Amino acid sequence: MTAVAGDLTSRNPRKITRMEQFFFWSLAAGLLLAATAAVTLRNPVSNAVALVAALVFQAALFVTLEATFLAAVQVIVYAGAVMVLFLFVIMLLDVKAEARRPIPWSKVLAVLAGGTAVVVGVPRLVAAFPAAREPLHWSAKAAPFGARELGTLLFSSYAPLFLTTGVLLLVATIGVVVLCRRDPES
Amino acid sequence: MMGAEITLGHYLALSGLLFLVGLAGVLLRRSLLIVMMSLELLLNAANLALVAAARFQGIPDPQVAVFFVITVAAAEVAVGLAILVAIFRLKKTTSAEDFATLKF
Repeated sequence: MTAVAGDLTSRNPRKITRMEQFFFWSLAAGLLLAATAAVTLRNPVSNAVALVAALVFQAALFVTLEATFLAAVQVIVYAGAVMVLFLFVIMLLDVKAEARRPIPWSKVLAVLAGGTAVVVGVPRLVAAFPAAREPLHWSAKAAPFGARELGTLLFSSYAPLFLTTGVLLLVATIGVVVLCRRDPES
Repeated sequence: MMGAEITLGHYLALSGLLFLVGLAGVLLRRSLLIVMMSLELLLNAANLALVAAARFQGIPDPQVAVFFVITVAAAEVAVGLAILVAIFRLKKTTSAEDFATLKF
């Protein structure tokens, strides 16, 4: 981390800002496009592939936020394990493309209301917090933590939660096995 | 907007829009598989906001929260898909409209 910060300070800060903008806007556009495709496409396999694209875009955004460890976890756990699970279920269930149906206007209205709330609310929320309007001066300050600090936190102050997660995963595994087991009598 | 430097607000707005896309999927799609994928989008929107907060505030704790969110999401997907498979065995469909046995 510190080596990267050292490199950045020696470079032109305006160039860094421009690069930062380029990455943010292109990745944001890609993320929203892929997410929209994941929600709107009709064939479940296309949905899954679009969702993988969205998750990879998000991992790239994590990298722009210097959360490299989480970016790796995102790709391995989400784009890797979780999506393979989805694709397996799609394959096993042999799900067909969804047929069209009359548009449920009440639900569309609900989504539009939510959309207005986000579009109107988020800028106000951001305006209310001066800290949200301050750009990050990448050249000046690198993230003061990395995978090492994250691991230290996980095994110290968050250790009880971490252990609980282990129990959660064990219970989930047993639950899945029980749920998917065929009744031996029938 | 395009010429402005990227701030925490930009990331929060992106997170809000992503949440909205996921919410539309949860509300408007019938296939339970797609609904679950949209749920993942909702969780990811929250993760993005958390990671942005961690970076701009310079504290690692939100990233730890994201770590837990990802773990819980993985468990949720596993159990959810198992329930889906079990239901599919009974009803031969994954459309939410066909699961109305508890409705009265």
